[in-house]
Amino acid sequence: MKTNWNRITLIATACAVCIGVFATSANATDWGPYQVDDRRSGYTYMTDESRAMQVDSFQNPGMIWVEQGAELWTETNGKAGKSCASCHGEAAETMKGVAARYPVYDEKAKKLQNVETQINTCLEKNMQAEPYKWESKEMLSMTSFINNQSLGMPVNVKIDGPAAEWFEKGKAFYYERRGQLDMACKHCHEDNAGGIIRANTLSQGQSNGFPTYRLKWQKVGSLHRRFRGCNSQVRADRFGYGADEYLALELYVKWRGRGLPIEAPSVRN
Amino acid sequence: MAKGVKPRVRVPKKAAKGDVVEIKTLISHNMESGRRKGKDGKLIPRSIINKMEVTFNGKPVFTADWHPAISANPYMSFFAKVEESGEFAFKWTDDDGSIYEKTSKITVG
Repeated sequence: MKTNWNRITLIATACAVCIGVFATSANATDWGPYQVDDRRSGYTYMTDESRAMQVDSFQNPGMIWVEQGAELWTETNGKAGKSCASCHGEAAETMKGVAARYPVYDEKAKKLQNVETQINTCLEKNMQAEPYKWESKEMLSMTSFINNQSLGMPVNVKIDGPAAEWFEKGKAFYYERRGQLDMACKHCHEDNAGGIIRANTLSQGQSNGFPTYRLKWQKVGSLHRRFRGCNSQVRADRFGYGADEYLALELYVKWRGRGLPIEAPSVRN
Repeated sequence: MAKGVKPRVRVPKKAAKGDVVEIKTLISHNMESGRRKGKDGKLIPRSIINKMEVTFNGKPVFTADWHPAISANPYMSFFAKVEESGEFAFKWTDDDGSIYEKTSKITVG
């Protein structure tokens, strides 16, 4: 009888160990900088192949846009006879950290500026040039190039002071149901991140990788393109590129990903 | 000639005799399949790169026929055994007959 008891204890211990192993294996992946607390970059929802494509700067097709942006940076444009480099010099120094802290409140314009609207403000006011169209090759190249200068830097947006009002608007937008499907951002990206929607894996909807090379799009796309896509998928009216609603949402979404590294240009499916 | 086409290749600068090296290539190209319709409802004509050829010191080492299902901005990598120093020559042929070329040297020893 005595040995039997010993055996039972042994089996019980073995079972406990097994459960322990299973419990940790579900949570075992260490995503390194791509996870901060419970906030996970879209990177962590991709396949190994897509992740490999992103981190190899040669294989990453988004780098084509970064290269084009580098060329545009030094190109003279507009009546003032200036290029971006005339004022900003070396982008590697002056643009470092921009992607991590934008969108920011602009006192002069009395509104929130993201990287795209800031580029166009510069083009129009300082260079006296034609602004770029939002989803044009020039704009995507420039945003890819500028955001790429902050590669790996943690997202850190300012949400106090005059930006607070925008932050609250963005937050309200995130939780507001819209469209014929009556869905808010949170229904997919907060409640069901990691789940499957049709054939796609839902991510937390973090913005740290934008502009992103989306394999489905076969090109780089902006965050606002993604917003518009999401809005039409729930059969809601889309807002325009650079609309105040989307700028506010951009600030809020960026804040949700605070601490995550800038990955521009990321690769997503 | 399709717009904005720029080939890039990455070949290791040095290798030991008999090494198997990875060669990576990426070419920016729209690779329009010919199956998509434009805003006017008409088919957008096909415009793809249909052939890729690589030679080493004039001898063929890698060839591929590409078809409409190949993605935009095609990335292609392959492995090659190098026995001597020389030059890899890469050549992509477009549907419209344009040829995009790039060369890269490797020192073996």
